[in-house]
Formats: sequence, C-alpha cells, structure tokens
Amino acid sequence: MAKRIDVSDLNVFYGSFKAVEDVTMSIEPRSVTAFIGPSGCGKSTFLRTINRMHEVIPGARVEGKVALDGEDIYGTGVDPVNVRRTIGMVFQRPNPFPTMSIFDNVVAGIKLQGRRGRAELSKIVEAALRGANLWDEVKDRLNQPGSGLSGGQQQRLCIARAIAVQPQVLLMDEPCSALDPISTLAIEDLITELKTQYTIVIVTHNMQQAARVSDRTAFFNLAATGKPGRLIEMDDTTKIFSNPAQRSTEDYISGRFG
Amino acid sequence: MTVTTAPPARSVDDPLGLVGRVLPVWVLPALLAATILVTLGLFAVTPMQGKADFVVVAAVIYVALQTAASFSVEGRRRAVDRFFTTLVYTAFAIAMIPLISVVVTVLRNGAEVINGNFLTHSLRNIGPTDTGGGIYHGMIGTLEQALITSVISIPIAVLVAVYLVEYGRGQLARAVTFFVDVMTGIPSIVAGLFIFTVWVLILGFSRAGLPATFALAILMIPTVVRSTEEMLKLVPNELREASYALGVPKWRTILRIVIPTALPGIVTGIMLGVARVMGETAPLLLLIGATDSINTNPFSGPQSALPFIIFDQAARPNDQAVARAWGAALVLIVLVMLLNLIARVIARFTRVR
Amino acid sequence: MANEPRNPGSRPRVGQQQSDSGVGRISGVALGDAPALGSGAVTGLGGASTRFGDRVFKSLSQGASVLLLVVIAAIAIFLLTRTIPALQDDTVNFLTEKKWLPDSSPSVFGIAALATGTLVTSLLALLMAVPVSVGIALFIAHYAPRRLANGLGYIVDLLAAVPSVVFGLWGLKFLVPHMVGLTKFLADHLGWFPMFDVGDGSTYRQTMFNASVVLAVMILPIISAVSREVFLQVPTMHLEAAQALGATRWETMRMAVLPFGRSGVISASMLGLGRALGETVAVALVLSTNYEISLKILNPGGNTFAANIALQYGFAGDTGINALIASGMVLFVITLLVNMTARWIIGRRAAFSGAN
Repeated sequence: MAKRIDVSDLNVFYGSFKAVEDVTMSIEPRSVTAFIGPSGCGKSTFLRTINRMHEVIPGARVEGKVALDGEDIYGTGVDPVNVRRTIGMVFQRPNPFPTMSIFDNVVAGIKLQGRRGRAELSKIVEAALRGANLWDEVKDRLNQPGSGLSGGQQQRLCIARAIAVQPQVLLMDEPCSALDPISTLAIEDLITELKTQYTIVIVTHNMQQAARVSDRTAFFNLAATGKPGRLIEMDDTTKIFSNPAQRSTEDYISGRFG
Repeated sequence: MTVTTAPPARSVDDPLGLVGRVLPVWVLPALLAATILVTLGLFAVTPMQGKADFVVVAAVIYVALQTAASFSVEGRRRAVDRFFTTLVYTAFAIAMIPLISVVVTVLRNGAEVINGNFLTHSLRNIGPTDTGGGIYHGMIGTLEQALITSVISIPIAVLVAVYLVEYGRGQLARAVTFFVDVMTGIPSIVAGLFIFTVWVLILGFSRAGLPATFALAILMIPTVVRSTEEMLKLVPNELREASYALGVPKWRTILRIVIPTALPGIVTGIMLGVARVMGETAPLLLLIGATDSINTNPFSGPQSALPFIIFDQAARPNDQAVARAWGAALVLIVLVMLLNLIARVIARFTRVR
Repeated sequence: MANEPRNPGSRPRVGQQQSDSGVGRISGVALGDAPALGSGAVTGLGGASTRFGDRVFKSLSQGASVLLLVVIAAIAIFLLTRTIPALQDDTVNFLTEKKWLPDSSPSVFGIAALATGTLVTSLLALLMAVPVSVGIALFIAHYAPRRLANGLGYIVDLLAAVPSVVFGLWGLKFLVPHMVGLTKFLADHLGWFPMFDVGDGSTYRQTMFNASVVLAVMILPIISAVSREVFLQVPTMHLEAAQALGATRWETMRMAVLPFGRSGVISASMLGLGRALGETVAVALVLSTNYEISLKILNPGGNTFAANIALQYGFAGDTGINALIASGMVLFVITLLVNMTARWIIGRRAAFSGAN
C-alpha cells in the first residue's frame, strides 16, 4: 500500500482554457503533502487530476503524465474507474449518501467491486470506522442514516468510506473547511495516524493547518486573473514556512496577499 | 462466501491493474451487422413478419449480443453499465416513436383533405357520407371559445398568483397553493359535468359556447397560476425594494413594475395554457351542443369547435368522416403547436437579465 | 411573500429565466408615477388613496384565491346534488352492479364495470409508462450531451402538447391496426397468462390493452418531466461521492440519483395515474365498450368512468344524466385523492432535500 506519485509537465485544460500549467512534482509514499495557495490558483483542479475526477466535467483534459509508482494513470487504455478505486477522495462538504445507513455508506465502495458476505462486510466496516476514529461513536447505530451525524462525524464517515476500499492514495480537498475547530482537530489527528498507511495529499486554505499536518508543502499561485495556475515552490513544510525560496511564497505565507 | 468479480488483469506492465479492457472499436458495428443477418434469417424461417416486429426482435438480439461481448471482454461492471446505457437511450427512442408517428400520420392524412373549401365552409347540409364541406364552424368556435376562456382566466389566475407571491402568508396561502396544484389534476369531464349541472340542470340555460368556456377556464386557471407564480418569484426583490423606497405604494409597485418585468414569462405561460385548453374535448361534448352550422355568437345557440368535430367524425364508420377528422386534427395541431412555439420563442428571447 | 427564498424544488417551466441578484432592467416603466419627494406621500403615511388602493388590490387578489377554493368545493357540492337522487333511484347496489340501465324501470345501474375498467387501463398504462419515463428522465438529466439536453426535453414535452382527441384518433386509426400483430403474438404464445387469454378468439382491435397503450403514451410526458426535475436536483456532491469511489455511470445512477429521486418518481407516477384515470376521449375512441368485468385485456370490451360519460351522454334521460353525474362524482373523488397524495409527497420532499 501507499505509492509514490510522480507528476511530469502536467497541464490542465477546460476546453481551450488552460487552468493549470506545467506542474512537475513528486510525492513520497506514506507522507502528507499539502497544497496551499490563494483562491482560484488551481490547487483543487490539480488535485482532481490525480484521481481523474476532473474528467466528469465535459471538455476537461490534461496533457502530461501522472505516474503512480511508475505507471502513468493517463496511459492508453487506462480506465478512470480503476484509477479512482486506487486513489480515494474526500471532499470539502461531507457527503455521505443520504438514503443509506452508516453501515451501507462505509461499504458503498466495496459493494461496487463484488459481492461479499455479511460477516466479511462487518469486519471491513469495523476496521474502516476504527481507522477513521469513528467506531466508538457509532458502533451502536450502524443502521441509522448517515446524514444523522454531526458534521465532523460525517466527514470521518466519508474518510472511513474512502479507506474501506484500501486505496493507495488518499486525496483530501479542503476536508475541514466546513467543520468546527474541534472536529477539525479530530480530523487532523486522524490524518497524522493515517499517513502511516496511505499517501495523503491535502488541499487547504488554512496555512496553519498545512504547517501542523503536512511533511511537504506545495505553493501554487496565479500570475494574474485569467492566467493558468502554476506550482511556485515545493519543499519540506518546515522550510517553506520558515525560509521559503520564492518571494511570492514568502508574501503569501506572511499574509501580504491571498 | 466471498465471490468477487474477476480483478482486472495485472500484468508486468500494469501492476496496479489500472488498464481496463475495452471492446475494440469494430466490435459493436460488427455485432449490429450480425444482428441484422440473424434477424433476417429468423424472419425467413418463422412466420414472423412486419417492420415493427423486425425492429423489436433485432433490438433484443443486439442488446443480448452486446451485453455478452462486453461481459466477456470488459467484465461485469462495464457490461452492466453498457446495458443500462442502451436501455436509457432506447427509452428515449420509444418516446420519440409515438410523437413522430402522430405528427406524420396527422400531416399525411390531414393534408389530403385540406383545401380552401375545407377551411372556409361548414358541414351544413353535408350528409354523413358526402364529401365536401369543411370545418370553418369549428375553427370559429375554437378561436372564440379560446378568447373568452382567456378573458375569464387571465385576470383571475394573475390575481391569484400575485396573492401567493406578494401577499401570501399563513393558512389561506398554503391552502390555495396546495389546491391549485390539485386543481391541475381535475379531469376535464368532471369540470364539464360541474358546469353542466349548474348551467343546464339548475339554471335551465341551454347549451352554447359560453358555458364551455367556464369549464375550460377551470382547467386553464391552475396552469396559468403556476407559471405566473414562477415568473413573479423571479423578479428580483431589489426591484420591489427600490420602488418602495421611492414611496410607491405596494399595489402600484406590483402593477407597474413587478408584472411588467415578469410579463414575457407570464405571456408564455398564458399561451401554453391556452394551447392546452384548445385541445380539450370532454367539456365541449357536454356543453356546446352539436351543430353543423356556423355560429359566430358564443353566447347563444349551439356552437361547434375543432376537438368536437374530430371526436364526432372519428367515431363514424365511413371514410369521408374520418378524413374530415384528420383534417380537423391537422388544423388543431398546427394551432396548438404554433402557440407552443411562439410561447417558447418569447421565453427564450426575453430572459430576465 | 416575494422575500422568501425560492422553493428549491421549483424551476421555471417556461423558458429559462435566470434571476440576478442585482437590480434588473426596469424597462418601459414610468417610475415618475411615484409621488414627488417631499410630499407627505413619500412615507406612505399621507396617502389615504394609497392605503385604499392597497386594500382594494389586496382584497381583489385575496378574493380571487378564495374563489378558487370555492370552485373546488362547489364542484363537489353541485355534483352531490345530482348524485343523491341518482343513488336514491338506483334499485341495486351502486358499487357492485355492472349493468348500466338507469333510464329503464326499474332503474338498474352501477359502477362495478366502470371502476374495474378504469383501474385496469390506468394501472396497465402506468406499468408501461413509468419505466420508459424514468429512462427518458435519466437520459435527459444525466446521459444526453449537455448541450442537447434542454432541446431534447422540449421535444419530449411536445408530446404533452398534442391534444388528447388527436391521440384518440391516432390510436384508433393507426395504432390499433398496427398492434394486431403484437397482440396476436401475446395471445398465441403467452395465452396461458390469464390476462392474455382470448378464449374463442378476438379481433385484437378495440381492446383495453390498446387503450392502455394510448394512455401510456399520453402520460409519458408528465411522469418524465417531473422525474427529470428531481434527477436534475441531485446535489453534485453526491454524484462526486459515487464517482470518487470508482463507480461507472450506471452505478452512480444507482447509488446517488435513483435513491434520491425515489419519492419524486413516486409522486410523478401518481400524477400520471391521475391523468390516466380522467382521460376521456382517447379511451372513448379506442375502446369498444361494454359493461362487463373482465381481465382479458386482449378482448374488445371494457369501459371507464370518463368514456362512459362521453358516450352515454347523448342517450341519457333524466335519471341517466344523474347516474352519469354520480359516476363523475366518484371519478372526481378518486382523482382528487390521487393528486392530493402526489402533491403532498412532492411537498414533503422539497423540505427534506436529502442533504443536511
């Protein structure tokens, strides 16, 4: 489990509009990488190209290469459906399926891949919920609707759902921005635990969060409105936040813009 | 017991199993050709025949072949996905069939009958098996009835919509909203029966165009209320507030600002409502009386109407009558579709910016 | 009130109007009608005329609304005034009698045949229409290319614009002859199924089956339009949740769209049912009516409330008219209940949107 990601010269287009330009980076396995940058700089767009989620928007495409342990996920014949099975995603707003129970939510991804017995599913559910630090809170009400939980619990449910299929990589698109501070802390602690098993990439608006949680940080920025976003600098988190190499990185970190 | 689908092939080149096996491009057209051949063969050796049957059998065979091919090459999930995609597209095709069929048959059969004489004469003195005669009495009737129905319905419907959007709070508004929706479901025959009971049985008046328009108004008002309501809700609140801030009283604001802003949409809704009631037949059967002659006075004496003529002539066993029915149907459809088209064109080109 | 947020379930059905949050054009409206600044009327306190105008206008619009409620009540009441004498004249059980001879003496009539015919044709139509309508709604909402989707929706809605009498004519003269092959096939090969049994043989023409097919075509647009609205309202985040788990398009429909839209589809179906129950002329033209109760839908025969009224109206005497009105009353009540339930389900769904 947990693979490395190598991105080479990636350009992201919506139709003819170039949203993100020339990104090259490497993400180590079993680490947490944070993407930071001002609004609209393309960090979420770029994140979605890693599991080919951007393709659900008609006209979206990429040029370049994204390799998972050396295998290009944009290679010929690669099925996006398989990519997304391998690379999981958690979204900004917690989105458990409203008509499904907690149990069914967790196994939603598993069930897509074939039938399993109830006993086996129960074991998977418990493992996933424990992994998401949610088991103790919901173990007595697994059959209740997923939407009945608090915001923070729902997000942990979504994380459980994502890890139940045992992905290699976990992508998180501003997972805490819709949550209160206590839930945010719970998720951040969870991320620190999860990184022992998964490669995690997290997009965040909150620089302090990036500093707390990540090992490496990548700073994205726009040259001007209407221009594509670019990767400005990527380095160890401690270095980015104490002694960044680029001027614009330092300006963003110290709050002079963004 | 664990039963899993076959995992995608993991080869040396594809250790993560990302590559999906896809049907080569030539497979589906080849299957289509094979299907046609098989179906033709089936039709040669069995008593099946007919174009429609051919299409149905071929479709079933094709879907079976496609699913099997996809299953063996692409795996269960993709096969299921393709199957349902085909099903969904087929559903749409099924919907198109009656639509196209109706339009084509009405056009074809109606065009044979329509000429200048048809459009300017009535059926007076035309015997059941005679040719000749026309539907002018029906056209006049339909147009006049539609006009009167609109005159009755529009003020009431717009006022109700105004009430619901601008004033409505509390029990009355909730009840009205609910029952307006319910009213859209009243069968036209029931509306006709109601007016018949009051107009003919209780008040003792005789049948004419006018009572039919009351029944049609009952059918038209709810649709127009709904569409007007939606249009009024789209008028931005800032407009109203700007007007109040200038001291314009509420009723004036509504009359002079809100309604004119929403007017194109309201007109669209009205035209769609009229198009709907122009085609209603059941109340006419009960209320307008049967006549073959032209009656331009909707307030007295039996009057004809296009839907009535269609119903009356279609049920007769002789071909001349049926031909007239097709002709009347063509004229009616043209009228209704024209109204629909104009309404949608207005809606498209006058969006609230 | 205009200030309340729009019902998330409502979308403009005519054209595509987008609302702006900014002040829109106030074209062609003379704001000069507003009282001049500085006059007492600015604050709205001075104008006795404005208060009067406001009161009149509000009363007018309120009155119109009350009028609507009165009309619905009046329908029930007035139909009742004729139903009661009819029931009193009836010498047999109105609910269980098949025959329809109200003007004979003794007066013998009942709605048993009408009720079964109405239910059978409508339910059969529903059975045929709902899967196809849901398929169409899914197609337009999620499968069709985005740019074509609206246009395709309009085309399906055109089906709703065709008058029912034209469907009746088309049904009788075109569909019926063309359906002979299929119905014969059903009778010959599936005749063991009681509904497809034709006994000594049938002309396969003016049958309840064909009437049901015509009804199904007529209720397709309303079921599909309402279902389409619901499918379009599935929040993107639920679609994304399914897609991120690696679901194929159909699996996304199954996980996110269909469960979300379930109650919407149910109420859409009930609206379609209500329409089918009340349809008059299409059925009157296609069916060759009798007063028998039979589930053998491939045989000519059968009857519905509405068709019976349309066809018997011309021959009815006084008791006959009352009897028809009585049957109309039953139809009114049934369709009222069906429509109220359908609207209530939609209303509940708008409040509980499935998201938190």
